[in-house]
Amino acid sequence: MSRLHLYALAGALALCGIALFAYKAFFLQLPLYPGQRSDVWRVETELRFTAKNGPAKLTVQLPAPTGRLQVIDQSFVSSGYGLTVAPGAAVNQQATFSIAAATGPQVLYSRVVISRVVSLDTVSREPQPEVQRPNLNPPAAVAAEEIVRSARERAADPETLAALIAQRLRNAPVGGEAEYLVGRSPSVARIVATTVDLLGLAGVPSRSVTGISLELERRNAEFVHWLEVFQDGMWRSVYVGETRPEVVQHYLPWWRGRSAFAAIEGGTDLSHHITVSRSQELSLQTAMQQQRATEKRLVEFSLFGLPLQTQFLFRSLVVIPLGIFLLVVLRNVVGFKTFGTFMPVLIALAFRETGIIWGAAFFAIIVAIGLAVRFYLERLKLLLVPRLAVGVMVVVLIICVLTVLFHRVGFTRGLSVGLFPIVILTMTIERMSVVWEENGPLEALQQAVGSLVVGVLTFLVMNIPQLEHLLFVFPELLLVVLAATLLLGRYSGYRLTELRRFRALSR
Amino acid sequence: MMELLRVARGLRANGVIGINERNAEYTLAYNPRDRYPLVDDKLLTKQFADKAGVAVPPLYGVVEIQHQVLELAAMLSPHQDFVVKPCRGSQGDGIVVVTGRSRNQYEIADGTFMSEEEMAFHVSNILSGIFSLGGQPDKALIEYRVDFDLVFKDVTYRGVPDVRIIVFLGVPVMAMVRLPTRMSRGKANLHQGAVGAGVDMATGITTSAVWKGQLVDTHPDTGNPVAGVAIPNWARLLEIAARSYELTGLGYQGIDIVLDSVRGPLVLELNARPGLAIQLANRRGLGKQLDAVRADHKQLTGIQARVDYARARFGADA
Repeated sequence: MSRLHLYALAGALALCGIALFAYKAFFLQLPLYPGQRSDVWRVETELRFTAKNGPAKLTVQLPAPTGRLQVIDQSFVSSGYGLTVAPGAAVNQQATFSIAAATGPQVLYSRVVISRVVSLDTVSREPQPEVQRPNLNPPAAVAAEEIVRSARERAADPETLAALIAQRLRNAPVGGEAEYLVGRSPSVARIVATTVDLLGLAGVPSRSVTGISLELERRNAEFVHWLEVFQDGMWRSVYVGETRPEVVQHYLPWWRGRSAFAAIEGGTDLSHHITVSRSQELSLQTAMQQQRATEKRLVEFSLFGLPLQTQFLFRSLVVIPLGIFLLVVLRNVVGFKTFGTFMPVLIALAFRETGIIWGAAFFAIIVAIGLAVRFYLERLKLLLVPRLAVGVMVVVLIICVLTVLFHRVGFTRGLSVGLFPIVILTMTIERMSVVWEENGPLEALQQAVGSLVVGVLTFLVMNIPQLEHLLFVFPELLLVVLAATLLLGRYSGYRLTELRRFRALSR
Repeated sequence: MMELLRVARGLRANGVIGINERNAEYTLAYNPRDRYPLVDDKLLTKQFADKAGVAVPPLYGVVEIQHQVLELAAMLSPHQDFVVKPCRGSQGDGIVVVTGRSRNQYEIADGTFMSEEEMAFHVSNILSGIFSLGGQPDKALIEYRVDFDLVFKDVTYRGVPDVRIIVFLGVPVMAMVRLPTRMSRGKANLHQGAVGAGVDMATGITTSAVWKGQLVDTHPDTGNPVAGVAIPNWARLLEIAARSYELTGLGYQGIDIVLDSVRGPLVLELNARPGLAIQLANRRGLGKQLDAVRADHKQLTGIQARVDYARARFGADA
């Protein structure tokens, strides 16, 4: 009876999952594969401020790319706010959120989808812009003239002139003209602004550009600065802070000139947060050719409607059931012994951030040091709860010391060691030391290695992009995983390790 | 791969039960949840068994709260020898057998000594739940040290040997004697290196043995053959085992009985999830016996009928 019940339940769940999946995959045509790393990015800006009990108006720059990149979609989440999008200074686009009365913390989102332009427009010419002559005080003007003069002697065209001036400002020798203008070790933004001034002095049209780099997916993108010089009817980019071509070709220009990124009236504590993600799912074709109907459905029927920050979280979340399913298989069908039921899955989650090799190394280092300390503590005869508390503190200290050490030697990967689950590590150390004392070091090491192997295996499965993609686009597949786990719950066959254990009885 | 399949098929044919099958088909199916505290809590088991007229090692005292640890020495002072054990311990962890005193030190069964302070720390550890299932706070029991029957002295290295009997629906189905070794440090636990010797259910005579998962014929420390030792009072042991079903209401359980030279068989503890190494000790699977009991148990009325059934059907020659 209960067995039939179980099969019926598992069958129903699996059927639901597969039906929903089939509908979305074949009728709605949602993509089944992550596809090639398409040249589509989502850039999401989160703006927060505290309203002062009255009307509030927030003006923010919108990405206005030219050249290799273009905006193919733009949307805003701003409940209760009026929204206008208007051109600002230069070629900038600005959005203005306004509200008659607002109190307390406010959050607004804007999202743009950026894609690479298929063919670059090299024919059309832009009109010759005006040159802005800077207002410099007399000593600065002398220094500026000197820099411009010496750069002009070696420059072939406006572009090289800009590069030479920027280089001079960057490597400002102590006591020279350049240092007088920009100060010692100037920021890239300062160099860009000053170069634009000096080019104005030389009569060359130029403008500063602020943007972000799309190269890396990141949750908190920072602005980068460069400048554009007008030459032969086109604006050409001159990069001051970064010169590697593979990096600069992913620079997204956001706005030109010296305006601020965002300005608030009627509020305080304005802060922004920019998230960049490469959108694997929205390949250019589906977005453009189907008049973006697919994208609308994607947003309606999946986790894509969520803010990007939350999406990042869910990418990790949807693979956890998969890891746990694998853990059930490894424990109940294969017969692995691990410290703590779900410890390996948590370790595997940490591996997603640290990478597998270093993750395993960090795990081994922390557990080894922790064990050594634990054996020393054994002599103090502490009671259980204080002893565990001491264990947690020791693990935190070990992680602190390791992080500082890694930082000092410039090993940036090592900084992610802080993502390991501290309490789980402590429990692992505690249990391992008990097993060590009760059943000997061999058994303890076997179980530790077993836990690590299970952790690595779950990590490898949870990290398959195809699976992550499927579960993220079709979360209903989790119902199938659930059904499979329910069935495994009644698996009463031998474990693989038992075949070895009882081998002598098979004759 | 084929080899694995062949082994699995062989095990299935011999009725060998795996952990998954034990959990899914027996402990989960026949052991009601509400009965578990009865066997997981040794104090409760003791009180219950006592009431039902089943002999247990007498209780000297219970330490329930940390404050009582201060009075531990006074509590222990009337006794020359005794056993300290966690109330909810598993697998024999945390059990200390004190065999005597010398000045202010306790002599431990494995030949070492323990000071008053170390004993107090050990009891504190028990109270904090370090040995209990799931780490819940626990009680420490102080009880009579079994003066074990000399029948197993040639095949025991220190410690107390005991008899484990698996009882299914009130019918004893399989038994083994657990013999401590140097490796198990006096503990009668196969995980920790004790020898398990199979027992002929009809006669109570040991047949074969397993040590560290390997089939053996002699005790690793004494070198004496393990087979051929007759357990005294075998009929009485089977009766106690059969009776334990009515006592606990657990359909599938293991009962650990120790043979005291003065008091006879004493029930040490009951186990709702008895291990499977007993199959290796007896060199046969449990499955066929369990199937037989499942088919016939309705006809077996009364304890004596179940004991007779076990002796007739599950002997080494049957």
